[in-house]
Amino acid sequence: MTKATATPEAALQGIGSSPLRKEDWPLVRGEGTFVADFKRPGMVHAFVVRSPFAHARFTTIDREAALAAPGVIDVITAQDLPDRGRPIPTRMFKDEGSNRFLQRPLADGVVRYSGEPVAVVIADTRYSAEDAAELLRVDYEPLAVVLDPDDAVAEDAPLLQPHTGTNVAGHLVVEIGALDEAFAGADLVIEEEFWIQRHAAVPLETRGLLAEYDAKTESLTVWGAAKIPHVNRAILARLLGWNDERRIRLIELHVGGGFGARGEFYPEDYLIPFAAMRTGRPVAWVEDREENLRATNQSREQVHRVEMALKADGTFLALKDSFINNTGAYVRTHGMTVPGLSVSMLPGPYRWPAYRGEYRSVVTNKTPGGTYRSPGRFEINFVRERLVDMAAHRLGIDPVEIRRRNLIDRASFPHDTGTLFDGHPVIYDSGDYVLLLEKALAAFDYEGMKRWRKEPASDGLRRGLGMGFFVEKAGPAEREYARVELNENGDVIVYTGTASVGQGVETILAQVCASHLGLPYERITVVHGDTGVIPEGMGAFGSRAAMLGGAAVMRASEEIKRRLLEAAAEELEAAPADLVLTTMGVSVIGAPLRTVSLTRLLSAGGGVIKQEDRFVCELLGFPYGIHFAAVEVDPASGAVHIHRFAVAYDIGRCINPVLVKGQIAGGFAQGVGGALLEEFSFDASGQPLSASFMDYLLPTSEDVPDIEVLITEDAPSPLNPLGVKGAGEGGTAAVGAAIANAVSDALGREVTRLPLNPQRVVELATA
Amino acid sequence: MNRKISVEINGQVVDGLVEPRLLLADFIRDNASLTGTHLGCEHGVCGACTVQLDGRPVRSCLLFAVQANGRRIATVEGMAPSATTLHPLQQAFHESHALQCGFCTPGILMTMEAFLREEPDPTPERIRSALAGNLCRCTGYQNIITAVRLAADRLQQTRA
Ligand code: FES
Ligand code: FES
Repeated sequence: MTKATATPEAALQGIGSSPLRKEDWPLVRGEGTFVADFKRPGMVHAFVVRSPFAHARFTTIDREAALAAPGVIDVITAQDLPDRGRPIPTRMFKDEGSNRFLQRPLADGVVRYSGEPVAVVIADTRYSAEDAAELLRVDYEPLAVVLDPDDAVAEDAPLLQPHTGTNVAGHLVVEIGALDEAFAGADLVIEEEFWIQRHAAVPLETRGLLAEYDAKTESLTVWGAAKIPHVNRAILARLLGWNDERRIRLIELHVGGGFGARGEFYPEDYLIPFAAMRTGRPVAWVEDREENLRATNQSREQVHRVEMALKADGTFLALKDSFINNTGAYVRTHGMTVPGLSVSMLPGPYRWPAYRGEYRSVVTNKTPGGTYRSPGRFEINFVRERLVDMAAHRLGIDPVEIRRRNLIDRASFPHDTGTLFDGHPVIYDSGDYVLLLEKALAAFDYEGMKRWRKEPASDGLRRGLGMGFFVEKAGPAEREYARVELNENGDVIVYTGTASVGQGVETILAQVCASHLGLPYERITVVHGDTGVIPEGMGAFGSRAAMLGGAAVMRASEEIKRRLLEAAAEELEAAPADLVLTTMGVSVIGAPLRTVSLTRLLSAGGGVIKQEDRFVCELLGFPYGIHFAAVEVDPASGAVHIHRFAVAYDIGRCINPVLVKGQIAGGFAQGVGGALLEEFSFDASGQPLSASFMDYLLPTSEDVPDIEVLITEDAPSPLNPLGVKGAGEGGTAAVGAAIANAVSDALGREVTRLPLNPQRVVELATA
Repeated sequence: MNRKISVEINGQVVDGLVEPRLLLADFIRDNASLTGTHLGCEHGVCGACTVQLDGRPVRSCLLFAVQANGRRIATVEGMAPSATTLHPLQQAFHESHALQCGFCTPGILMTMEAFLREEPDPTPERIRSALAGNLCRCTGYQNIITAVRLAADRLQQTRA
């Protein structure tokens, strides 16, 4: 006789296993639907005409010739928009001052970066829209530009918004502990200036949208939403002046990578729906790569002036940083998120009796900025970990040892750093930093790496080792929605308010559901990214999908199981604890003949049971990790060869090891881009010099070595019932730091600027 | 002046009356409605638009549709033997977690399918260099190399 038991955990493919992804099948077959693949009857095409100047005034846009061109349906300029276009609000880290620097959908009299939208041409094909765009005449009168962060705060700097009297859009000072005393009592003070270059997320799929307006129901549908569909729906309603946002439906299709940039509310997110309403036709818009590299959020450009105070034995006493964050021409939806994260997370994994951090976020005539994977942290991890190595060099202490002496110890968790991020206290929820360090040193054979470093390298190459210890953050976005439905056939649908940006959210949420409902992974379908079927949601950003979305799915799944077992308990005259839920029904464990079928259990509910959950968490989770780099540097050519790279990362709890490692490997590749290759440069007039993949260098397979990864689960988060912390950003966080430390070690010179492209490395080697 | 062309795509003849400047990529995506071929840069760098022209990988964003007149094109949609099975390369990508967003995947599959025909038993280093013309922003390439090697093993077994 067979025993009725729950499907064994392994067969469920729940938490901790690595089932094949639910997302893959259509994608490998070429049957995915990315926004450019989606068509609607009667659809027409938009082309956004952009400013060729970084800063200029204009009074007229002559559109007669463009309107008369073949195939052209409409040409839209600021004067056609209600209120000439309302400013796009920030959705995070609002700062009163920064409201003076918001972007309007179309430039109205002044353009402030090369690539700023000036008009939209609507035509029957993309080809004719682009042809007509050439016929548009705008009487630009160039103005003086300001590009560098330091220049932006100079006394005589050209102002982007002269009426404000400043280019400083946001300013914040954080002060903890007795700073002056700490510096006065220091044995060593290190002062340094660090630069991090402007680079960006650059997903392989550019942005795109398709909008359709139904005049009868006065409703709008927009395909191509990503990341935060519900939030963007609210912003769109507000800009359109609609009270009832439910008349707008945003639908996510397949999404070709996000990494922070995609899915924020951009000018086009208003202009394309507006064009659909105005023309009465479905309007499609797909950004080309050149636009993408001029118009989509850029990130990371910061200059830091730092001082660090230490005792002779290597004990950290104080850290002081004043930095300028170049946010580009306007403050976009992230508000002060990037500098806010930098200033609150610079202290990192160490004890600092005193800390002072200050940022000024400035506007300049460059593309506006936003977040990029490990925002604000890639930058400050470079700054802090470089400083720590410089201190180790000066004091003659081993870089590992100086870190070990200053790591926050296990007993001090939860550890309140005293800083705030966007109103949320930065309290490290859990951790055992020393344990991770010891595990990583052993797993990656650090002693062996040290021997390798001492061995003579061939051809004049120089070897170096470097590490970067970092704290990441996951969340916030205070709440997340889930609804789980089980039908009488044993099939489950999970509705989630999170979104997919290509990271595998369907797979991991199905795994969470499988574990907590006790039904197999393959019977579970996950639905996301459609404001028409999911009532609320905060989306996917800041590594929050597993943390908040997962917790909501877990609780809804458990509640369904509890309700069903309770209902069956009566019929079976058994205690719920002796019962098991299967795809057939509820049975007494060990007595399969005593079963109530799902059909019967669900008959009252019309063959289906539903459970909603809203998981709320005001606090942030803080995963932490270490990067190790072993490099060979050619001082003659400036080439940096990554010989070995290893990542140790404690993420609290790992839902899917294969996917987590995939996130880390992918994040690492982006970090390599930031450390060695990627840089947006501009000429003196503000013209972008890197508006193609010929000039903006994404890492190829030959630039990115295989990495070793150690995932640990030693410090589950107490903030959510799953214990997860989110794992999306730790692969990127300290790549710049670790590689810069390794190159410094190799050359015996202190790196203070990224990226370490050949030119900079040669300069450094010969300095 | 529009031109009449006729291209065989995945074994089916597709006729079109096209502008000489129409990109092959747009012809495949719009005229033939095969949208598995993606455009990531439209200037020949990313490889997302890779298809095979008479069996050899080419960037469909760098060719005009008229240049494919009378020739044979293969796209990702033609790879899988049926609606319920995958080509060994596709299967290996699925099993090795060689894709995240999947936007680069069709171009990489078309490049690697041709590569494995030329070089059925490549080392990981050879795969790495054959892959260098295709950008992937998500995976870090490691799993793609593993997948191609896995597919090479399986394809060799079926041939043996
Ligand atoms: S789209 Fe053809 S190479 Fe990028
Ligand atoms: S999987 Fe996203 S670009 Fe390759």
